[in-house]
Amino acid sequence: MSLAPFGRRRLRVTGRRAIGAYDVLSVADPDGPAPDAGQFAMLAAADGWGGLEDERPFLPRAFSVARRHPDGTLDFVLEDVGPGTERLCALAPGEDVWLVGPLGRGFAPPGEGRRPVLVGGGVGIAPLMIWSDVLGGPTALLGFRDAAHAEGAALLPGARVATDDGSAGHHGLVTELLAEEIGFALRSSQARTSGRRHVEVYACGPPPMLEAVRALCAEHDVPAQLALESGMACGFGACFGCVVPTRDGYVRLCVDGPVLDAAALEEVA
Amino acid sequence: MISFCGIELTHPIVNASGTFDAIAARRAFGDAVLEDFPFAAFVSKTVTLAPREGNPPPRLWELGAGMINSIGLPNKGLAGYLEHDLPQLAALPVPLIVNVMGSSAEDVATLVEAFGARDEVAALELNVSCPNVRTGLMMGADPAETAALLDAVRPHTAKPIVVKLTPNCTSPADVAAAAEAHGADAVSLINTLRGMAMHPRRPGEPWLGGGTGGVSGPAVRAVALAQVREVRARVRVPVVGMGGVQSGRHARDLLDAGADLVAVGTESFRDPRAGARIAAELQEIDGKSGMIAGAPARDASRVRTRG
Repeated sequence: MSLAPFGRRRLRVTGRRAIGAYDVLSVADPDGPAPDAGQFAMLAAADGWGGLEDERPFLPRAFSVARRHPDGTLDFVLEDVGPGTERLCALAPGEDVWLVGPLGRGFAPPGEGRRPVLVGGGVGIAPLMIWSDVLGGPTALLGFRDAAHAEGAALLPGARVATDDGSAGHHGLVTELLAEEIGFALRSSQARTSGRRHVEVYACGPPPMLEAVRALCAEHDVPAQLALESGMACGFGACFGCVVPTRDGYVRLCVDGPVLDAAALEEVA
Repeated sequence: MISFCGIELTHPIVNASGTFDAIAARRAFGDAVLEDFPFAAFVSKTVTLAPREGNPPPRLWELGAGMINSIGLPNKGLAGYLEHDLPQLAALPVPLIVNVMGSSAEDVATLVEAFGARDEVAALELNVSCPNVRTGLMMGADPAETAALLDAVRPHTAKPIVVKLTPNCTSPADVAAAAEAHGADAVSLINTLRGMAMHPRRPGEPWLGGGTGGVSGPAVRAVALAQVREVRARVRVPVVGMGGVQSGRHARDLLDAGADLVAVGTESFRDPRAGARIAAELQEIDGKSGMIAGAPARDASRVRTRG
């Protein structure tokens, strides 16, 4: 696990490009540590943080690191859904952000003989990008609301796409694609003989999608690691605000997650 | 060095209870937390006799100038804390103040005696924002309740006892005076102000899992200043002032209002090293105005001369 330097650091925004409904924000962090796939950072605009809806934002926001380039540039995938993301999506190159990170526990490598399958929903594509880089481009399945959002699939080339409204790719849920994938793996004699019969699922997306992934994987006895999201004030275990219920009681997603073993969860609420 | 209840501190900035978890911070940031500890003393989260899981989520609501939390004091309980947390906190380079709470004076006395007996613990802080199970009154909301609590607890330790006052009562200054008269060595204030947020999608329902929560951050700074000043006028014991401090300027204001130490809370969520930053900013302010770093400015003429 990569440790974060102690404190927030002021970093320069070097780019922001729109991809469908999303913005990819690039931040220069040449001296920062290389994050593990699945780790996150707390971000706030250095200036103009506040004064939007209800005078917010006040607290920093947590984002998965989507990619780290060789020069230390960090990419984050944003979707404007509230005052925090609204401000961050308005940042221009040359402006600064405060960043704390990398934080949390990321993805663990697949078990012996298991083939990784990445499953993303919407902006949940972010941690799968850096994990895909590490794993060398495994099978990836992405679900989006519609074609405009599905343009985000360009961030993970080669991924199979599903949309809720059928305007791009498979008309339906990404978990339907996952069910096919798991079924194929279980049936495939070729996969069986090659010892690659089993899969391990890595998923990030909205709670209903993660719950469907969890239930499907539990049903087929497929291990799954889920990158969850929860409102956070601090990101480093101080506020106890980001807890999620597990079979062992509440855990802080910021220090015990954001990636949790699906088997640790009764359900994704 | 400054002295707080006989405890030597390198600067006047500490953390507010429950706003910095030194053990979790070490997991996130490594030993840099120990080498560069941002506070002059570490105040623990509230410890209760029995373990507590805390409130159901959601636990947070963001405000324009602060936040509301409904955490519910999750902790491992006395036994768990002694076994798991205290040995790790002993590695901190600063004095440790353990914050405790109970629903009866006997519970609080048990906690105070147990922690008071430990060499790792420099002082105790009493969270009195808890209803007495017998009377139903919040212990810290009523001077007589607070006096009775101190009477029950005081004989159980020779270590300094700090009473963390609640702002959610008629007269925190009356409670502070009662605490002092019955043996408190210091008071700290303000705790969070009770508040709530409505659910954005379910009309009539509260957002927070606990229903109501505590408001903190810049939104409460003006309240903290007024209450610290009021309490300072009533007691001679040291006062730890807190509430919405984000800068050395804000810390200086609380010291000028009569605080001896200043605690930083919510700002640490936005800036993990806020304590160290604010201490440095305060030193710069005091250096410029010719004051001794961290010295409380009780002399009005000195207050007026600052730039």
